[in-house]
Parts: sequence; structure tokens; C-alpha cells
Amino acid sequence: MPANLRVQSSEFIDETVRISFKFNGKTYHGFKGDTLASALLANDVHLVGRSFKYHRPRGIMTAGSEEPNAIVQVNDKTNRTEPNVRATEVEIYEGLEASSQNCWPSVNFDIGGINNAISPFLPAGFYYKTFMWPASFWEKYEYFIRHSAGLGKSPTEKDPDIYDHRNIHCDVLVVGAGISGILAAKNAAKNNLKTLLVDEKNELGGATIYQNREFNKIDNQSSSDWIKKEIQELRNIKNLEIKTRTSVAAYHGYNYLLARENLTDHLEKKDKQDKIRQRLLKIRAKKVILATGALERPLIFNNNDRPGIMLSSAVKKYADFYGVVSGKKNVFFTNNDSAYESALCLHNKGIKVEAVIDIREKSNSNIVKAVESAGIRIHWSHTIVDTKGYKRLNSISTMKLSNDGLSVTGNKTDISCDCLGIAGGWTPAVHLFTQSGGKLTFDENNKVFLPNKYPSDQLSVGSCNGDFKIKEIISNLSNNLKQFLKIEKTDFDNLSVESEVENSKRNIWLLPSDRAIGKTKPFVDYQNDATAKDIKLALREGFRSIEHVKRYTTTGMGTDQGKLGNMHALGIIADTAGVKMGELGTTTFRPPYTPLTFGTIVGRNVGEYFDTFRRTPMNDWQIKNKAEFENVGQWKRAWYYPINGESIHEAVQRESMAARESAGILDASTLGKIDIQGSDASEFLNRVYTNAWSKLGIGKCRYGLMLNEDGMVFDDGVTTRLSENHYLMTTTTGGAANVLGKLEDYLQTEWPELDVYLTSVTDHYATASICGPNSKKILNKIIPDLDLSEESFPHMSFKNAQIGKIKCRIMRISFTGEHSYEINVQANYGLDIWEKCMEAGKEFNITPYGTETMHLLRAEKGFIIVGQDTDGTMTPIDLQMDWIVSKKKYDFIGKRSLYRSDTMKEDRKQLVGLLTDDPSIVLEEGAQIVSELNQSPVNMLGHVTSSYYSPNLKKSIALAVVRSGKKMMGKKLFIPMEDKTINVTVVNPVFFDSENKRLNA
Amino acid sequence: MFVINCPYCGERDQQEFKAGGEAHIERPKQPTELSDDEWAEYLFMRKNIKGVQFERWNHAHGCRKWFNMVRDTSNDEIKLIYKMGERPPSE
Ligand SMILES: [Zn+2]
Repeated sequence: MPANLRVQSSEFIDETVRISFKFNGKTYHGFKGDTLASALLANDVHLVGRSFKYHRPRGIMTAGSEEPNAIVQVNDKTNRTEPNVRATEVEIYEGLEASSQNCWPSVNFDIGGINNAISPFLPAGFYYKTFMWPASFWEKYEYFIRHSAGLGKSPTEKDPDIYDHRNIHCDVLVVGAGISGILAAKNAAKNNLKTLLVDEKNELGGATIYQNREFNKIDNQSSSDWIKKEIQELRNIKNLEIKTRTSVAAYHGYNYLLARENLTDHLEKKDKQDKIRQRLLKIRAKKVILATGALERPLIFNNNDRPGIMLSSAVKKYADFYGVVSGKKNVFFTNNDSAYESALCLHNKGIKVEAVIDIREKSNSNIVKAVESAGIRIHWSHTIVDTKGYKRLNSISTMKLSNDGLSVTGNKTDISCDCLGIAGGWTPAVHLFTQSGGKLTFDENNKVFLPNKYPSDQLSVGSCNGDFKIKEIISNLSNNLKQFLKIEKTDFDNLSVESEVENSKRNIWLLPSDRAIGKTKPFVDYQNDATAKDIKLALREGFRSIEHVKRYTTTGMGTDQGKLGNMHALGIIADTAGVKMGELGTTTFRPPYTPLTFGTIVGRNVGEYFDTFRRTPMNDWQIKNKAEFENVGQWKRAWYYPINGESIHEAVQRESMAARESAGILDASTLGKIDIQGSDASEFLNRVYTNAWSKLGIGKCRYGLMLNEDGMVFDDGVTTRLSENHYLMTTTTGGAANVLGKLEDYLQTEWPELDVYLTSVTDHYATASICGPNSKKILNKIIPDLDLSEESFPHMSFKNAQIGKIKCRIMRISFTGEHSYEINVQANYGLDIWEKCMEAGKEFNITPYGTETMHLLRAEKGFIIVGQDTDGTMTPIDLQMDWIVSKKKYDFIGKRSLYRSDTMKEDRKQLVGLLTDDPSIVLEEGAQIVSELNQSPVNMLGHVTSSYYSPNLKKSIALAVVRSGKKMMGKKLFIPMEDKTINVTVVNPVFFDSENKRLNA
Repeated sequence: MFVINCPYCGERDQQEFKAGGEAHIERPKQPTELSDDEWAEYLFMRKNIKGVQFERWNHAHGCRKWFNMVRDTSNDEIKLIYKMGERPPSE
């Protein structure tokens, strides 16, 4: 008979719907409304995982998203598996399977538990100190560490779910639907403000809805009855959108927030199909109201981490909300009154409360009196010095606390118990506030950080603003809301509210034990196993900055970002270093507040929608003709066209020879094209290119090089003068957008007086480039009436022509060194022109070639490719392109930089050609070049930038950048590779037809 | 993520814009007259202030116009936006 700790039916749990689920392979039952945590507790399962470093057994600690211990893998070995899920947030459904993380081979027998036994040798920084030395041993350590400690397993299959993004604009966003959030949202919406209310839970009402607090009355009703009525009313308010299961992950500047809406995680598998699983809400709110509540603090004492030790508020929530008690023999340990609420709640349900251990000397509040009169023993001025029970708590030891709280005295008393509720006070959840850039102030009395300076139009209300009693929550909310929303009154200005007033608290960040601190384990960060001892060690070793201590001890660096223990870490640092907490500051809370799935982040941008890609009008033809493609920027460019199973090398050799022997055709549509018009167009080109443009005749083309202002080559391309004040500029495929942006920048900001208009026309035209000795004959077949004579249509000129009804611009320009023509037509005729060229070229064996062959052909000619042979550190002089830099022009972009002492140095890296001594060896691009082999350290002269086997030259050729390369013509250099050294000779980078005879052939 | 009030289009999301560095660094009219140091001052030296800074921004995915912005880099508050060519306010 399995244990059943469900003691009372709850209105939030539907006991008519019984749900079976598996945890660590064993089947359990729960009810609709249960979380995995509440259902496990109902089955008396506390041990749910192992800690990260020492592999100590750990149990469920909280009832919310701040859970540090109960981190599980959901649906392992399925395509929906997910690691690092908090059991306290998983709503159970039929068929759910979950398992513990951080344990191997099982949670009950864990090999890493040996770390617990050797833990005196695993202090803070242990990994840094030990495993880093000697460096060569890291690989061995790594195997052991990775195998025994991992935070869950990532899925190996494709995510079957759909994710979505939605933009929301609203007047008021309210985060958190506890009592403050509900009242704020209601009053905002009632004042005609478009309001969005979100809460991470599946129910509205926060803690108020289930906490039947003895002394909390609103409008003469219990606070929980009153809030239920308020929630009912919310449903009928216009202008108000409510989203539950929605967790705000990030709060950025200008009230831009990201929230994850969970839509199907609580549904059975069959109901999840084809539905959106999670949606990322991108919210831009005019005003934001944070009502994120407060998190209960643990207490830091020796062995405070055993399964069965929970936050006192969690014990109460499991009892009140889920009807589940967490133990049969309960003890509470506290420094304030709130544990008494929990004690009384259990007592009233008939559950045994053995004792309350209180570090205070006394409290006279009504709730304490009520506990006393219930006959529950209270140990004033006592602390817990140790706990026992390896996989489940079975007893605690208490001793009397000294007056200064630094030590313990008297005899040790053991109390047997199986559940300990700890209450260390409340920490306002200011995470989102600080994410937004808000500055905190430290309240010395209550030992809390509170919102101080708001960076945007926002307001923190309720306990996240330090108001903990219902009375002060409502009265402060009423005043602040009226000011913030600029409204005259709220619904609750005159509400009668009664609540407990007593607020005494004794704060001791690290509670003493009868054992020396070195022999204790007071955990501050449960998930990362950081103890108070580790923090003290870090301070002893000289760490002072809170951010450094955090990284050294890993405090607050788990998936929970240390939501529970961060305050204690700060307190211990402040106490030890003798500084004030307010001066110490806090560590930075970074988004996301709770972890997000990758699916939520990417939304619909997966698979083919991951990035946009651009296709030329000839793309379908290329696919049909079995082209292989490469990505150039966002373009899909034909790379090579293999025939009959050719390799890339074989295809490129064939294509390259065909282009030089007869005819080749290239799709050049992707080149950037900018239409430039205006009466100052020539002057403009003079200023942006290194060479002179004023004398370029109409109908002529010219190659231009564009520099950055620092003198380095930025882009290149051919520009054609179409008419007096009209040019067509081409850019590299990848550089088009940047070139346009740069030209616009200069026009708008430096030279607004110039009459020049720029239009990007890259997508408007398609370009087929035919090259080779027979290109002229082919063009003549397509346009018989066009005069192609050298006199009428020489190299570097342009003609308007017409093919049937299709208007085209034909440029006689060449990137291969062959006689060639680029035919530009309106993009939607691109395929048509391409097919016409193929048809006309058939008798000449016209061969389509891709970018790889284009690269090879231009390398034979020593033409550079910006971005391949240059890298933003090459001047035209470095590239041996002095000929294109005008000496006459007074100024152009980058000119002055060419005369800086640094750019004029002769030992800069310069472009050269390389020939291998063995012509069959093709160098690797990126290979390093040296002149001495036995130097140490070796003097690296440069590297290979382009390298091919040239079928036309029957040898290997390469371009390279080499220090002082221009002076090295004929010199022998070495290229050391992993398995051999290659001997090379420096040569002129033009390998083929250096007299350019073929251009006019 | 800022909301930026483009002087030509109105309020738009930051992702439509591109930052263009420090504003009011005029390209020298006669670069050849400058010493290496003077040219380097124009070319490389930027203030990179923590606090109020004058910046250039471009509505790259919108009207493509450049404009000036006064922004407090310590809290990202945009204090003022004005068109290219307009004089910067004196503090
Ligand atoms: Zn605009």
C-alpha cells in the first residue's frame, strides 16, 4: 500500500480526475491540479535529486519557480524530453514521465556521492585550482567530471512542437496576479487603460487565495474568500487580457518585456499534437506594474539541505492548496512569525507539529499565542546545530543561542521529525525591477533590498516593494496607483482591512553550530553546493567584489540563479568583511528569470525559415541541371555543375577549360547593383573610388576600388556610365548592402550639397555572363543586328540592345581575362535570356560554370576577391594595385590614410603569387608561410589566401599575403604542414596571359 | 530595446535602426593638409562616454535617413533627437 499524505480535499485539486505518472520508472498517482512536486509529496517521496558537486540527496524545497533542488528531466528518451525542469512547476498529466538528474546510476545509489565523503577536499575554487594543472591532464579530468556531474540531457531528436512569437502593445502590463496585481490590473482596466495581467501559475490569486490566515480579514471576510470574489469580477472587465502560465523572462529598457506563455505543457500527449506549445510574448507597455511578490528565505545552518527540509511557506502551500502534508512529524525553525502560520495550519488539519525552534527571544503576536495555546512547544532563543537522515530527515539537534547570536551554549537536544519547515523571512522579488535597470536601496531594519530609482515608467507594488502585511499592501497600493495611473480613486480606497501587525524578526545570516565551521555544511546555494564555508574561504583568499566571490564559489550561478540564498551570501560577506550590506550591492540578476526553451526563443524561425535566402531568376534551371550551391551572404549561388558523378575538383577543371577553350556562362545576377543619378554623380564617384571618373565617356565601363577612410580596401566592382548623369555601379555580392549604406551615409552627412540619388537595383536585373573565345559568336547569334566589332563595341564599354521584345544592357567586361559579355535584363526575363544563351551556345559547347570556376579563372589572372584575398587590413598598395590609385585627385575616401606612416611601411603584408616547387601540390588556403624552418618561435610571414590547380596552366597556383612580399620575387619560402613541408617560390600574382591578349581575341 | 522617435517617421522599435557612432565628427575638408596625428584624431579617437553622449543613428529598416541623438549611455535615456545638419544643443 503506497503512502498517502493527502489529508484534506482541496478546491484546487480535482479528485475526480486521477492521473498516473512515472517518476524514476515507478508509477504513482495524483490528481488534476497537482504539480509533480505535490503529487510526489502526496506519495511521501521527498528524495528527488542529487546536488551538483557533492551529489548529496536532495528533496523538494519550495512550491514555486525558485526551486533549487527538485530539478528533473521530463520525458527522457522521447523527442519531447526536456532537462532542468522544476518539479514544482510541472503540472502532471496522464503519461508524464520524469526522472532525477545529477545521479548516476540512480538517485538511491549515486557514484558521485563519493564527492560528499571527500568534500573537505572540494572547497570553493577546487575545480579551478586542481583540474587546471597540469594543463595536459584536463582531458582526463574532464571525462570524469562530465560523466558524473551533468545538468540533465539535451534532446537528440528534432523538437516535434510548434513555437510562436507575438507582439503585444498595451497601456499597462501587470506582472503577477497576487492580491496587489489583481487590484492594480482591475483599476487600470476600469480606467480605460488597455491592460495585460500575466502570472506564471495556472491560477490567479497568488498566496492570498489559499492562505486562510487567522488574522487577515478584508471587508469582514477572510482574505481568500474576498480575493475569489475579486477574481470573479475580473473576468467581466473590458480592456483586460489575462494570461496564466505566463512567466516574464526579461525586462529590458523602455518597458520592453519578454514573457513565455505555456500553452500545452500541462496537456496529455494526444492533446498536445499540432498545437502551439509555447509562445514568446514581446510586450511593449506604456506602463509596467510589477507585483512579483516575495520569496521566503531559508535559514543557513549545518546540514540544512536534507530531503524533508523545506521552506515553511511551501509546507503551508502544499497543505492548504494541494491538501498534502509533507511529513507526519513536523518541526518549524524560524526567525519571524510566518512559520507560526504554517504550524497552525498543520495543527488545524490534525497533523502533528513537534516543536517550533525560534531564534528570537520572544514574540507576543496573536499568531504566536495561538500556537502556544494549541499546545505546540516553542524553543525560544534556540537554533538548530545539526540534522540527521541521509535520504530523508529523521532528526534535528538544537542548542541555545548566545545573546550575540555567534555561538551556542548548553546541552544539545535531539528532536525526531521527518519534515522541517524553515522560515528566514521574506525577500522581495526585485529581479525584474533590476533587470530593467532599476536601482535598489537596502532597508537596514528589515534586511531587504527594495526598489528605489525607477528607470522607466513603472511601479513596484505589494511585497516586491517591501509591503508584507495585507493592510499596508492595500493602503500603499491605493495611494501609489492613483499617482502612477493619474486616477482620482480606486475601488479599494475605503476598504476595511485587518491584519497582524507584529513584525519582529531576528536576523542571523549564518547560524552557529557547536562544531567548527570547517566541519559543517551550511548550504547557501543548494543547486551549486556552495556553503557559507566556501564564501568565507573566498574572502580569506582575498576576493572582495561580490561578483568575484559569486564566480569563485559559484554561488547563485545555477539555473535558479540563487533565488533563495543570494541574500545570505551577501550577508555573510558583509559580516565577515565588516562592511554594510547596502554598500556591498548585489550581484546582477540577468534574464531569463526562469529558463526558456530554445524553441520559445526561435519561434517559427526554424528549418528553411531560420534565415531568409535569396535566389536568382536562374535558380530553378540550376537546380534542374544538378548544380551544387554555396551560400554567399543570403544568396544561393551555383557553386559548380557536376556531370555524371564528378567530384568538385573534376567539375571545376572541366568548367575552367571549357571557358578558356570555347565558351562558359555564369549567373552573375547576385552582384550588387546601385543606380546612381544626379548632376553630381561623376563628382560623387570621384570621391568614393580611388581612381578618376570625370573623364569616363558615356557608354564606357571602369573598374573601381573603394576604400574605408582608414585606407583599407572595402569593396570593388565595375561601374558603367549609362548617360551624362546616370551610372550603374556593381559591388561584390556580399558587400552590396554595406556599400549602399556607406554611400548614403557620406551623401547625407558629409556631402549633402551633392545632387546625387542612389537606388538599390540588385534584385531588379538578372545577369548572364558569357565568356571565352566563342562568346562573340554566341552573342551574335542571339542579337544578329548588334555591331560587335572592336571599333563599335570594345572592351570596357556598354550598349543598349534588344532581344526580341526584351530590353537589355550589355557590358563588355571580364573577370576571367577572356573576351566576355554581361547581359543584363529585367529580372523576370533572366531565365529566358539564360536559356537563349544556352541554346545559341550549344554548337560551341557552352558550359555553365559556378562560383568555384569563376574564382579559379580570376586567380589565374591575379584578380583579387575582396574578402578572400583581403581582410580589412590591405591597402591597394599592399595589393600591388598602385595603378588604380589616382595621384592627381585631391581627395577620395581613404586617400589621406595611404600616406600615414603605418600604411607606408614597406614590411606590411603584400599580395604575391606562389608557385609550388612540385606543381602537383595544391596549397591549403589559410596555410602559414615561413622563411626559416628551425626558428623558435617561428617568424610567420603571412598566409595563403587563394589556391587552385589550374588546368589551363597545368600547375598549382596560389595567391598569398606575405610580409615584404613585393621585395621577395623569386625567393624560396616554406609552408609547414602537419605531415610535410611544402617548398614554394614567390612570383608575380598574374599567372596567365599577362599581356591581356585574350580579352580582344 | 529602445523606442526611437525617427524625425521623419515617428516612434519605431530599435530593431529598425542602426547605431553609427559618435556624432559631430566632421570629415576634414582638406585631409592632405593634416599631420598624421591630426588625421588619426579624426579617424580613430572617440570619446565613448559613460553618460550623456552625442550619437549618429540611421533608420536603416525604414526611411534610411541619418539623424542625431543625445543619449545617456549609463541608463539609455534618449534625451533629444535632431536632424543631420542641425546644430547640437549646448548641453
Ligand atoms: Zn525614419
